[in-house]
Amino acid sequence: MKSNVFMRHVRDSLKSLKRNGWMSVAAVSAVTVTLLLVGIFLALLLNVNRVSTQVENDVRVRVYIQKGTTKKQQAALKDQLEGLANVKKVTYRSASQELNSIVGSYGSQWAMFRGDQNPLNNIFLVDTKDAKDTISVAKRADKFKHVSEATYGGTTAKKLFRTVATIQRWGAFFTILLLFVAVFLISNTIRITILSRRDEIKVMRLVGATNAYIRWPFLLEGAWTGLFGSLLPMLIVDFGYGLVARNAHFTEAANGFSLYPNMPFLVWLDLGMALIGIVIGGLGSVVSMRRYLKA
Amino acid sequence: MIQMKNVMKQYDNGVIAIKDLSLTVDPGEFLYVIGPSGAGKSTVIKMLYHELKPTSGSIQVGKYDLATMAPSDVPYFRRNIGIVFQDFKLLPRLTVFENVAYAMQVVEAKDEDIKPRVLHVLKLVGLEQKLRRFPSELSGGEQQRVAIARAIVNAPDVVIADEPTGNLDPDTSEGIMDILERINADGTTVIMATHNREMVNERPHRLLEIAGGRLVRDEQGGSYSDEE
Repeated sequence: MKSNVFMRHVRDSLKSLKRNGWMSVAAVSAVTVTLLLVGIFLALLLNVNRVSTQVENDVRVRVYIQKGTTKKQQAALKDQLEGLANVKKVTYRSASQELNSIVGSYGSQWAMFRGDQNPLNNIFLVDTKDAKDTISVAKRADKFKHVSEATYGGTTAKKLFRTVATIQRWGAFFTILLLFVAVFLISNTIRITILSRRDEIKVMRLVGATNAYIRWPFLLEGAWTGLFGSLLPMLIVDFGYGLVARNAHFTEAANGFSLYPNMPFLVWLDLGMALIGIVIGGLGSVVSMRRYLKA
Repeated sequence: MIQMKNVMKQYDNGVIAIKDLSLTVDPGEFLYVIGPSGAGKSTVIKMLYHELKPTSGSIQVGKYDLATMAPSDVPYFRRNIGIVFQDFKLLPRLTVFENVAYAMQVVEAKDEDIKPRVLHVLKLVGLEQKLRRFPSELSGGEQQRVAIARAIVNAPDVVIADEPTGNLDPDTSEGIMDILERINADGTTVIMATHNREMVNERPHRLLEIAGGRLVRDEQGGSYSDEE
């Protein structure tokens, strides 16, 4: 297609959008409402997924070292642990460090156990490559010499893994469902606007316009509808997410979990919404008008 | 120019609208197609611009054989003919200028060629003062003149008009006929289906009469007879 013809289509599609008046407003509004839902749910689901993964990754194997184990034996044990399959990192924490964190979390009354009174063991914290490997790593570490006990959170961790898997599965399901709803709602709205203009398409064919020539302005008009319909949802979601992220910040810091930082998350989310609008709007137009273009 | 041979048209519901129609139209002719409602006039007209396909027989318009033409050739065929309808069929969201220009845009004419040509034909039909009006802001006669301007803007070999004065008062109809005859005088073939008895009798041209799906009269300068 010649570039001047394409530019003419772009001009005509914008002009047509303007002249269609309330029909265009209705179509853009329908896209706006749909994409607002898509945007909010996507932001929510992606962050639920992120936090659940963070929670899952927080599960580590705690290897309690028997009291009386020498530094040399501890170093050998560390090497043994690091040599296990699927182990990512092994961190040493002394009994006094462990007690300090208890004092920090539960209060100074625990400080009486400092020094020789400390009943806690020195430990190794073992991070695994995949959170689900904690169980097998703990079982193997438990059999090593100088290990008093190796734990991974037991049934609590198993439950957590199950919950996280369920959340992620349902998250994926809802995301797909939501996209289907968006496709249905947007393409249906576009279909109604095309239906109201089927006589126009007929006239275009009678004056000798090829199907491709007729299709372009409608495709572009659908794409504009999608793009314009995504602007308000972008603003609302960006503003809303900024607000939620700011307020969630303090809670996050305490728990060690975090939402996606505004940048570049919101840029991707905005691009995603605009793309969904443009693609569904444009393709919706082309698909809807197909039956009116048959010879 | 146009040749129909043994054309038969049967609709999906079994009704036979046209039976064994054969005729030849030479370049530059002015042709009336008359007949009572339901006689098959519109079917003939629609077959000429390939809105309908003949069930059997052949229709040749210029270099196009309409019975065997590929769907992808239809737009290119239609660019060689101008079509005028009883209900005008203008694009409601385009102005007078844009409606006429659209027919040139679809043949991918350059913008610098479109403007002078559209202004020329709109002047020809007397609408040069109403370029920016929308169809809804025009009278019936004015809308029909826009439709004629659109039909002739690409200088087609043939203009096909299906009851072009059917919705218009007698004075306005005279104006439309003046324009069609002027176009014909410039060498364009005009084929016009009509019910307008006075018009046919006052402005004699070749007349085809269709009744019951058959061509019952083909007469140069013929007129409506009293019993019709």
